[in-house]
Amino acid sequence: MTRHTLSVLVEDKPGVLARVASLFSRRGFNIQSLAVGPTELPDVSRMTIVVNVDRLPLEQVTKQLNKLINVLKIVELDEDSSVQREIMLVKVKANLDTRSHILETVQLFRAKVVDVSNDAVTIEATGAHDKLEALLRVLEPFGVTELVKSGLVAVGRGSRSISERSLRPVDRTA
Amino acid sequence: MGEQITGADSLVRSLETADVDVVFGIPGGAILPVYDPLMDSTKVRHILVRHEQAAGHAAEGYAAATGRVGVCMATSGPGATNLVTPIADAHMDSVPMVAITGQVPSAAIGTDAFQEADIRGITMPITKHNFLVTNPDEIPRAIAEAFHLASTGRPGPVLVDISKDALQASTEFAWPTEIDLPGYHPVTRPHSKQIREAARAILASRQPVLYVGGGVIRAGASATLRRLAELTGIPVVTTLMARGAFPDSHLQHLGMPGMHGTVAAVGALQKSDLLITLGARFDDRVTGKLSSFAPNASVIHADIDPAEIGKNRHADIPIVGDVAEVIPDLITAIEAEMADGAKPDYADWWGQLNRLRDTYPLGYDLPDDGTLSPQYVIERLGKISGPESIYTAGVGQHQMWAAQFIGYEHPATWLNSGGLGTMGYAVPAAMGAKVGRPDTTVWAVDGDGCFQMTNQELATCSINNIPIKVALINNSSLGMVRQWQTLFYNERYSNTDLHSHSFPDFVKLAEAYGCYGLQATSADEVDSVIEKAMGINDAPVVIDFQVHKDAMVWPMVAAGTSNDELMVARAMAPEWGSDD
Repeated sequence: MTRHTLSVLVEDKPGVLARVASLFSRRGFNIQSLAVGPTELPDVSRMTIVVNVDRLPLEQVTKQLNKLINVLKIVELDEDSSVQREIMLVKVKANLDTRSHILETVQLFRAKVVDVSNDAVTIEATGAHDKLEALLRVLEPFGVTELVKSGLVAVGRGSRSISERSLRPVDRTA
Repeated sequence: MGEQITGADSLVRSLETADVDVVFGIPGGAILPVYDPLMDSTKVRHILVRHEQAAGHAAEGYAAATGRVGVCMATSGPGATNLVTPIADAHMDSVPMVAITGQVPSAAIGTDAFQEADIRGITMPITKHNFLVTNPDEIPRAIAEAFHLASTGRPGPVLVDISKDALQASTEFAWPTEIDLPGYHPVTRPHSKQIREAARAILASRQPVLYVGGGVIRAGASATLRRLAELTGIPVVTTLMARGAFPDSHLQHLGMPGMHGTVAAVGALQKSDLLITLGARFDDRVTGKLSSFAPNASVIHADIDPAEIGKNRHADIPIVGDVAEVIPDLITAIEAEMADGAKPDYADWWGQLNRLRDTYPLGYDLPDDGTLSPQYVIERLGKISGPESIYTAGVGQHQMWAAQFIGYEHPATWLNSGGLGTMGYAVPAAMGAKVGRPDTTVWAVDGDGCFQMTNQELATCSINNIPIKVALINNSSLGMVRQWQTLFYNERYSNTDLHSHSFPDFVKLAEAYGCYGLQATSADEVDSVIEKAMGINDAPVVIDFQVHKDAMVWPMVAAGTSNDELMVARAMAPEWGSDD
């Protein structure tokens, strides 16, 4: 199984998140991450969905997604031709002995400390999936007490926008 | 300011504008505002059923028999949840249906109010689309979109849930001038390149089969299918959902494929080098074990739903489009190839298939003890009532026999629950079909198990002058389950004996509901009792055919096994013959 990032443009209608999420679960797929937000178009939202799935079932789930009336367009973004980012907030135990180590790590990863207390620091990091995983691996020995991630968002490189033609008939023959 | 009316008025006007002539339903608290203006509608006839499940199946039967959108209505909570089964059924069998439910007032939504159920959430996976309307101004648009969605593309059920306050509030009626669904653009026109490629593959093939599914009936493409078949001389198989799409009397018709298909139809698919798949979906009941299904065949797959293509079986030539447009295009492309000298030659292929067909015709053994054979009853019913009648069926042995032993000549004369396998479908579906086509004889071929799930609708039929006829194939048991217990559970008949040769007395039950109740227990009574029923048109008729309970449906491919392991009778495999 391989990781796939799907950008899904949807009409901003009540229940649309439930429709999309339940379709994945009833067809037997686990969503690894999901981020939803507004777009440059009014009444259109964008979902970025990361799934671990083989090529053939991915094609099937994409076709099923396309059948949802509120789904306008689906584009798969591969890592090479898109910018993919996730934000992570992580709370790490920190005492006088470890704090400088932690700060050094934060700098190496171009992350930043957003909150400090006597026995902990909270770090904000932005990046692609692998970078955040690497940072976490380095932080774990210090003791991670809380972790939250935004879910991946992604945008294709270059000047074209995926929403450009989204309100015209979508090619469903693929 | 325009005329101020209530949301309920607006809903009734919307239904009238959508050309609805009949609604099957039951009122209740949340939907009650609608029933007041509905009483005054001269265009919409409401038929009060006895259970909401029957309202749904009646809407399905109406839709399947007429090709129009069937409409059912129920109140919130249990009324709506009782519609879940027919909605799921319509979803599986692509039946155009609009279900309208009342919902608790919008301020109460989410509070576990009396008779509240999140029917929009519940039906999300079993509808083509659904709506929750809480603003009365949005009622006409929701209804217009619901009918558009239900009837176009791949047909299916659409639910419109309307809160009680929206039905009571005042609004203006404004029917939308255009449908604006930016995410819905079904592709009906096939790609010409795919059509050309398919035409070439068809003419190059040696052992092709037209694998015809229910989509051909929904698309109204039977006549063009016949032209395609006769142009090429290719053998045709019709799935359970497609019985009637191609005349059973036609020489090129090999019958039904699948778990209880004919040897010739199953054999044709297994030996084929090219499946020309039209509006079919490679259901497990057709393919058997998928990995050994039609192992040597390339696949042309034409369907209006792109998600069906490649779902179960890889399509070598995928064609997205309405089969009503695909088939004529194929005919034109094939004619062009033929004009250039291509010539189909399927003589060897027909030699093999004719041998299978002649050696293994459908048949049955009469019981040794002189009791009535269910297959004989159904065969006689088909002969006497004929191919102009509509036949509905429940689910189980009687359904398979009705698919096998009645000869269908026309589309939309065989109505059954194919995908979901809903017991209890026959009587309410027959009721809906009879309402939609009142001049046609409508038979519900039902089992005693199925019949006891929905027979309360005989009251609806009697009261509303809907004279359906019920052929009750009463083997006193859940026959298909019993057959599996015979074959796979060492004849241990756990909980399949319904005792329905005695309980209830079906003749009395029919009479209690204002129907004619007839009975036959031996072969010599069969014709006369059917003829008697044919002569009755002032009330519904129920014939209790008390039949042998050990009769089994053959041929059979056991679930999960390969079609190559088809049995024509217990422990009896056909001789398939060599492939050359």
